[in-house]
Amino acid sequence: MSHEPQPTEAKVWTPADPVLQVRNLHKSYQDQHVLRGVEFDIHQGQVKAVLGPSGSGKSTMLRLMALLEPANDGEILLRGQRLGVRQRGTTTVPLPERELAKERRDIGMVFQKFNLFPHLSACRNVMLGLTSVQNIPAKEAEERAMAMLERVGLSHRAGHYPSELSGGQQQRVAIARALVMNPSVLLFDEPTSALDPELVGEVLDVMEGLANDGMTMIVVTHEVRFARRVADQVTLFDSGVIVEQASPDEFFDNPQHQRTRKFLSHVH
Amino acid sequence: MEFDIGIFVQQLVNPSYLYGAFLSVAVAVLALVLATAVGFAVALGRTSQSRIAQGAAGFYTWFFRAIPALLVLLIIWNALPQLFPVLRQEWFSPFIAAFIGLGIVEAAFMAEIIRSALLSIDEGQNLAGRALGMSPAKVMVKVVLPQAIRIALPPTGNEFIGLVKFSSLASVISLQELLTTAQVGVNITFRYAEYYAAAIIYYLIIVSLLTLLQNYVEKKFLWTSRSKPKKPSTLEPIGQGVHA
Ligand SMILES: Nc1ncnc2c1ncn2[C@@H]1O[C@H](COP(=O)(O)OP(=O)(O)OP(=O)(O)O)[C@@H](O)[C@H]1O
Ligand SMILES: [Mg+2]
Repeated sequence: MSHEPQPTEAKVWTPADPVLQVRNLHKSYQDQHVLRGVEFDIHQGQVKAVLGPSGSGKSTMLRLMALLEPANDGEILLRGQRLGVRQRGTTTVPLPERELAKERRDIGMVFQKFNLFPHLSACRNVMLGLTSVQNIPAKEAEERAMAMLERVGLSHRAGHYPSELSGGQQQRVAIARALVMNPSVLLFDEPTSALDPELVGEVLDVMEGLANDGMTMIVVTHEVRFARRVADQVTLFDSGVIVEQASPDEFFDNPQHQRTRKFLSHVH
Repeated sequence: MEFDIGIFVQQLVNPSYLYGAFLSVAVAVLALVLATAVGFAVALGRTSQSRIAQGAAGFYTWFFRAIPALLVLLIIWNALPQLFPVLRQEWFSPFIAAFIGLGIVEAAFMAEIIRSALLSIDEGQNLAGRALGMSPAKVMVKVVLPQAIRIALPPTGNEFIGLVKFSSLASVISLQELLTTAQVGVNITFRYAEYYAAAIIYYLIIVSLLTLLQNYVEKKFLWTSRSKPKKPSTLEPIGQGVHA
């Protein structure tokens, strides 16, 4: 894991370039090498579905991209700008937590277990980022939060607390909470895995709506039909590396790798 | 000697009892405020990454859990003024010595309550706050603390009631709190039963009122839309009450 000179930084970014680039990402926990050189690009407005077996490092990759944990090596570039580090002389050092917090505003995250704030109403959950991070006045924040709840079909539940909402409704509030910050990329970590089967559809519908509206999304999921219908690109992740990366039709109908064929035979 | 209802009622409405009760509650309130502030710092120290902060916080808890509160009060009132001239001045009253003494002892216990409340908050809450771009301090104040307060409230109520009773220890540093008031009266009249009974009534009233207050505050932390029927807007203040 050495630091070679990185050619990617010299180039000037243009909108034709990928909005998010991940280069040679490595992460270890104790002696466990969880990410082993993850590489991919995603363009503005694209939806990337990430499939892969349990424990392969999908959640870890998302946490690193959301800057919630530091990588051991590699880089994450948003519009050509390297995230999570700064240059000090000739070496790159991790940003302090306060600076990281600023960079995180541009990347939204939706969690498997929703992680709504239980002490706040649905509307307040969506408002909190606006009022406490972007310092937007409460009145304007409430209007924007209500508009976002409308978009996920929950404006009639604005005053309800998370404990009073179904799992599907909670996840839609969580999506609104991430969306209201106007992120460049929205990351989803198995957003429907914790839901009862009959509640999965309402969340996937909201996500499909976002995709149609041009949101850039990376979705870790086990929902193969969703991946096939909504994604622009499907990725198989295994043992900390990307095994296959292709359009949905190619990925599901004509996979290039033995590992992908084996994985698909289990999920179909 | 029979129980004299007349003396009992006379003492019950005696202003010196009321004043004594007021002092007991005031010492307990200020001690709890001090204990919560110091206890929060100690709890942060114990959960911090820094070895030094962990060590200092661990020492504090160990030390003040071991030393009797009575001894701490005697040290603060008798020993410290010998060492520090500033404490020999007029402002350093038994009242101040009592609430500081009880507060720093209580802080060791509050630290444990606060620490376990902080640790009980799901890590996902911290992740969600940080993912929104909140600074660590904002995550603490806006996300973790309101939830930790709800968990810490019931045991804190117990500690508060304990402090009201422990305030009677301050009689050794000549604070005229409730129990001292009764004792002084007894020493003059030898009407033990009547004077102590009056004190019992006062303690019962104080603790009953505190229990009502605790129930009221805990209701504020129920987090359901039904518990706040009056407000049509979604704009109730974030993390109502207590820490505001
Ligand atoms: N904070 C951590 N400390 C230590 N090990 C961790 C940590 N987070 C993840 N791991 C390990 O890293 C590996 C990958 O975990 P990760 O959660 O990223 O997998 P995943 O692909 O998301 O799996 P799943 O489909 O079950 O969610 C696992 O073996 C896990 O035990
Ligand atoms: Mg996972």
